[in-house]
Amino acid sequence: MSELTGKQVENPLNLRPRAVVVGASSGIGEALARKLAKEGYQLALLARRQDRLDKICAEINQAAGEVRATAYQHDVTDYEAVPALFRKILQQMQTIDLFVYNSGVMYPIGLSEYDFKKDLATLEVNLLGGIAWLGEAATLFDRLGKGHLVGVSSVAGDRGRVGNPPYHAAKSGMSTYLEALRNRLAKKGVHVLTVKPGYVQTDLLPSSQMPFPVATPESTAEAIYSAIRRGRQVLYTPWWWRYLLLVITHIPSFIFRRMSF
Amino acid sequence: MSTSSVLPSQRLFKLENFGHSIERPVYLYRPTHAEQVEQIFNLATENEVHIALRGAGRSYGDAALASGGIVLDLQRMNRVLDWNPETGVITVEPGVTIERLWRYIMEDGWWSPVMPGTMRPTIGGCLGANVHGKNNWKQGTMGDHVLSFDALLPNGKKVTCTPNRNKQLFHSIISGMGLLGVFTSITMQMKKIYSGNLEVNAWAEPDLRSMLHATDEGREHDYIVGWVDSTARGRGLGRGQMHSARYLEEGEDPYPAMTLNPGNQDLPDTIMGLVPKSLVWRFLKLGINNPGAWAGNSAKYLLNRTLGNHKTYLQSLVAFTFLLDYVPNWEYSYGKQGLIQYQSFLPTDTAEESFEEILRVSQMHGLPSYLGVMKRHKPDDFIFSHAVDGFSLALDFKVRRREKLAQLTDALNQIVLNGNGRFYFAKDSALTPDVVAQFLGDETIARFKQLKAQADPANILQTDLYKRCFG
Repeated sequence: MSELTGKQVENPLNLRPRAVVVGASSGIGEALARKLAKEGYQLALLARRQDRLDKICAEINQAAGEVRATAYQHDVTDYEAVPALFRKILQQMQTIDLFVYNSGVMYPIGLSEYDFKKDLATLEVNLLGGIAWLGEAATLFDRLGKGHLVGVSSVAGDRGRVGNPPYHAAKSGMSTYLEALRNRLAKKGVHVLTVKPGYVQTDLLPSSQMPFPVATPESTAEAIYSAIRRGRQVLYTPWWWRYLLLVITHIPSFIFRRMSF
Repeated sequence: MSTSSVLPSQRLFKLENFGHSIERPVYLYRPTHAEQVEQIFNLATENEVHIALRGAGRSYGDAALASGGIVLDLQRMNRVLDWNPETGVITVEPGVTIERLWRYIMEDGWWSPVMPGTMRPTIGGCLGANVHGKNNWKQGTMGDHVLSFDALLPNGKKVTCTPNRNKQLFHSIISGMGLLGVFTSITMQMKKIYSGNLEVNAWAEPDLRSMLHATDEGREHDYIVGWVDSTARGRGLGRGQMHSARYLEEGEDPYPAMTLNPGNQDLPDTIMGLVPKSLVWRFLKLGINNPGAWAGNSAKYLLNRTLGNHKTYLQSLVAFTFLLDYVPNWEYSYGKQGLIQYQSFLPTDTAEESFEEILRVSQMHGLPSYLGVMKRHKPDDFIFSHAVDGFSLALDFKVRRREKLAQLTDALNQIVLNGNGRFYFAKDSALTPDVVAQFLGDETIARFKQLKAQADPANILQTDLYKRCFG
């Protein structure tokens, strides 16, 4: 009896950390969910595609030997549903330490195509759904005086290019929104991380040849996890995109508009 | 789903346990009338939200928290509804604090027969946890002095309970940790006193066995309590100081009107007329670590053993009873991560062996308790009764190395179960469903679940403690 068991004992003083990942059914979100599960997090995973989400949760739970991940089917453009679902998850999880908004879509657009339906869909998933969810999480972290708020934006938000105007606009909006949240919440003790991945091998990536190397969702998830732990503010991943973008953002418009990449 | 049906963000707050070791987001409601409580019950039912009832928030663990749910803070339901200075019968709303109570009744020559060690909690909270005082073996629990109460159940019913009417609910809402219904009015019998002072005896005891012996012998007094030096090892393990006290008889106090004046009961707000007490916790904080606690406890024991040994003196009821309030905000001295209390109740035949093991194991793993208190108890008829015919040892632990502390309390639970001991939900943050099932017994749990299904069919009264212990 004098020896302690050494096993993990979950009690109110020793809760495992809690994370919510919106957009967790594939790509970076899925890889991050699996990474967080390995690191001992309790997870609420959200996505539109229930079957894929259920499969990921089942795999995580089986590997852990206990329920670590719960699936919540949700379409991020259903903004009205967000407050109630957020409260349901909060009650289920008891508290939230880390909130990740990762949902994103990219529709291929022709070089002289202007289709508002497509543009709106891009803005809804990449930006408006994010604002709906991050606002709820920001409220919570504001009250708690702590928490990690993570938004997955993109290097595409740093400069508007010819290929996909609404995608650039949405990502630039997301980056700016996150920056504003950071400026609001930093003094409350809340950490806000803007993630700007370069090309990552996900469903979003066009099948054509990319001008720069393509990263895996797994390495991207590792980089995000490390940036959360270190309290980084803006993460370019892989790291060298930071310097590439430093150059690209400084190319004067009269040259930039003549470039074709 | 429309956004109008969700709990408003303006109600979202961070709340803590008394020990400041657990912080959780909750939606906070502070009703003033029973009608508002009814509305919140409906709101919770519609939204499938859970509710925790909360008084002054003085539970050491997670008894008054509903993470992500509604916390129904009843402190504003704090009217004294009736007081009869002839009979000593008082009727109050649940949010009246123990402090309000004694200030209200004392100058008429009355005192509550059962008082907890702090005056901060509400009476509703005290009855929810069915608290005891330093006279548990003699006067029972606070619930033993309730003549009747009205409660509002989540099923919408209003019930009046007495020890004979709605008997089962009476013995279950009292001690039921706010899981069955809300008190709306409580009627209690107070005790006649003839002085605001007690005659107190203090003496030291050199080890655990003699402490237990003295606590047992002390049953002839009105009060008996032991302070345990929980840092002492070896032959001095479990040593400490005893305090016994008795009420003064009629005529013993030449100036009862003076000693019964609440103004004369108030604790001084400075120490030796110099240091403001509001600052004391900041100094204490410097000593709240392993070497500091050892030095402090040892010095106190040596003083008790020498200068303070076998002293008899008069002390005000308030100073003797509410020892925990002597240093305001003392719980902050445990630092940012706060404290937990681990209180176990062991029958007379296993107490010595079990307490010895509890003290040893916590010391051995570098997580000694910094403060120990011993009391004598007797069993009672309430559903979540913590008391046994035996002793309790309450140990305060600073929260640090959370992983290891959780493993330690897990090991302590087994020691208590092996000794056929019991636990106290008001203090608890370490029980698990299997431990609760063992100490309460399957029959009690089945009876509770059946009552809960009737009183709270939508199962909205769900505290963090409930989910943890009965989940």
